[in-house]
Amino acid sequence: MSITQSSASLFSTTEEKEGTFNARYSLWIKEALDELPHSFTITDPFISGHPIVFASPGFLKMTGYSREEVIGRNGRAFQGPKTNRRSIMEIREAIREERPVQVSILNYRKSGSPFWMLFHMIPVFGNDDGRVIHFVAVQVPISGQKMRNGSGCSEMVFGSCRREVCLGSFVHQERALPVECDEQELENWEHCEASESEKLKSAEAVGSVLSVLTRYSEFAGRLVCGKRNCLRGADCLSSSLVISLGRIKQSFVLTNPCLPDMPIVYASDAFLTLTGYKRHEVLGQNCRFLSGVDTDSSVLYEMKECILKGQPCTVQILNYSNRKDKSTFWNLLHISPVRNASGKTAYFVGVQMEASCKDIESKELRPETRQLSVVGAVRVAVRSSFMATC
Amino acid sequence: MLLKIKRVPTVVSNHQKDETAEEEEGEGCGRNILSKCCINEARLPLYTCKPAEENVTFLESLLLGEWEDRFQRGLFRYDVTACETKVIPGKYGFIAQLNEGRHLKKRPTEFRVDKVLQPFDANKFNFTKVSPEELLFQFEADMPLDADNSPSVVAINVSPIEYGHVLLIPRVLDCLPQRIDHKSLLLALHMAVEAANPYFRVGYNSLGAFATINHLHFQAYYLAMPFPIEKAHSLKISTTNDGVRISKLMSYPVRGLLFAGGNSIKELSDTVSNASVCLQNNNIPFNILISDSGKRIFLLPQCYAEKQALGGVSSELLDTQVNPAVWEMSGHMVLKRKKDYEGATEEKAWSLLAEVSLSEERFKEVITMIFEATGCNGEEEEQSSIDGDFIRVHCCHSVKEEAVSN
Repeated sequence: MSITQSSASLFSTTEEKEGTFNARYSLWIKEALDELPHSFTITDPFISGHPIVFASPGFLKMTGYSREEVIGRNGRAFQGPKTNRRSIMEIREAIREERPVQVSILNYRKSGSPFWMLFHMIPVFGNDDGRVIHFVAVQVPISGQKMRNGSGCSEMVFGSCRREVCLGSFVHQERALPVECDEQELENWEHCEASESEKLKSAEAVGSVLSVLTRYSEFAGRLVCGKRNCLRGADCLSSSLVISLGRIKQSFVLTNPCLPDMPIVYASDAFLTLTGYKRHEVLGQNCRFLSGVDTDSSVLYEMKECILKGQPCTVQILNYSNRKDKSTFWNLLHISPVRNASGKTAYFVGVQMEASCKDIESKELRPETRQLSVVGAVRVAVRSSFMATC
Repeated sequence: MLLKIKRVPTVVSNHQKDETAEEEEGEGCGRNILSKCCINEARLPLYTCKPAEENVTFLESLLLGEWEDRFQRGLFRYDVTACETKVIPGKYGFIAQLNEGRHLKKRPTEFRVDKVLQPFDANKFNFTKVSPEELLFQFEADMPLDADNSPSVVAINVSPIEYGHVLLIPRVLDCLPQRIDHKSLLLALHMAVEAANPYFRVGYNSLGAFATINHLHFQAYYLAMPFPIEKAHSLKISTTNDGVRISKLMSYPVRGLLFAGGNSIKELSDTVSNASVCLQNNNIPFNILISDSGKRIFLLPQCYAEKQALGGVSSELLDTQVNPAVWEMSGHMVLKRKKDYEGATEEKAWSLLAEVSLSEERFKEVITMIFEATGCNGEEEEQSSIDGDFIRVHCCHSVKEEAVSN
């Protein structure tokens, strides 16, 4: 069973995404953040697609979008064809490594016009469990120092730079001449260095946002902070793994065989839809809650044997949903051990396929292939987890 | 004098035999398992590149699904996910893997390394000898398909470097030798674009740059980590008329070029093809890495095989048996000895790759050749170009790069 993500669904879950954000902090958090003058966004890596869950009025003004158009979108939406690929990679890797990053990057407004800004992002950790709760990203428009590539309007700026350098001194960035440039020029610049004062501004903004988040999380009794204060627990996946898994649209779970009773440590959105449960109801539970009176115990036994032997298997099992109608369904379930970078088994993946869907699957991919592709995608994601970087 | 080196070839197909053994037993070319009728009988799924609006994850699902199927059926020589892997501490993040099973404990065979262009030899192992079960699907760029065209296929590599390691074989029945042509590179670029995943890279090794099979093929696999080469800074040195930007790599042990941009995929591909053909015709071995979902293409000339054949490589380096093909050049090293893996350092990785690189003078000559082949002006543009955190002003050659780390 697959769920496709259309753009319409983004808008319909705006409330949901904002709601998730509000749930972490005490009342009036949004009002407090709204009072800050800076342009910033807050994203949630634990929601599929790593979407923006808060956008400041400053951000909306800078980009020309309305709140509804921004909440639920990934930060990539503001990049465009001339955005430097290496900068995009730097941001992606900082997210993956759960560390701060500060990089100049070209973004595009709703009107389509490009602008350079200093992008400064930090992870925000849960104080008690050490995991990344949100990423806070601040955007400071860059106006000053320009270096050109190719011919164009900044001849004067460049000329003075060249002379200065040849004379042995280096152009002080603050003294750059403000130059009027058309948008075509902006896009052609390979890079646009931020001034020291712009960098200071971004650090200040990040600090302001973080202190609001800290204060309001403390009120709510679930403190967040800018530094990781304890090691992430074994039952908690890294945000980067969660982001990778969030791209897989089919129903599946990850269970941890090293923890007592092999609990679910990850459940996809599609799994929740299929089974009718909420995420907090399934995380930490063994999958047996899906079985019921009429579930064939010999099939359960077969599954248990395969898990013990560390072998993949496919079974057809009767599951009980928590959907409104409390219906049962035949689940063509495939389970397989999954190894991480150490080479040892870290999880088991269980991919569910509702048997009735088997025949009406898309003609393009056989259902069995689609089911195995989920296993493959999970393997790729888990393989790189535990690959420690400083 | 023919320049040769000894090495143990990697087995990429279960039907690939030791070439020396074949010659001794006088088996000749062996049975050509793969012929047009077999491909049709294999009922391979067909993937053709679709317009942008369609489901972009389809190629990824097809490739992963079929690969996992072969994985569970035991067609691979070992479970690559059971091989320990790590990032070597340091600034560049070289990736090391301990893989004792990839290289066979066989007698090394002799490889000719002095000619980048060699004719196809039907007597040697080639991809028409691959069993149909190793084929995953047919991959074509254009619709409608020309029925007379030999199909292009994606096959598994039975000695994978990482999960999802496949071989793309353009027009398999045409038995093209291992050399770049415009149509084939475009197909490879299409695959990178269609996969739409920055962690799926497509690579190419020329003869003399550690390609082991002289039958045109590209390789690809998934690794959800950045490659060190992808993090290297670059300095733009020219732009073609089609808007393709050519940059040279900075602060990376291997001297190479980066191609990006262009008004279309085809223009980017053609520029790289022109450069590659130029290298081929000048007998310069090279590797190609297609990165960032087809948006950035690295072209890396090398001289290692020749150095090795002429005895110019230290025995310590040779003992690691690391053959610097495209993945190693990009910073992903597969090590077969535990001691090399445990003792892997950034300095060692750097010094290995520095051995492989062309010298500065030779590289300058190569750039000149490539500019001619791609229709760029012959001089490096005078400009200050900043990419990343350092500023290098071109006009004063004595100004040192001020590198600021991330």
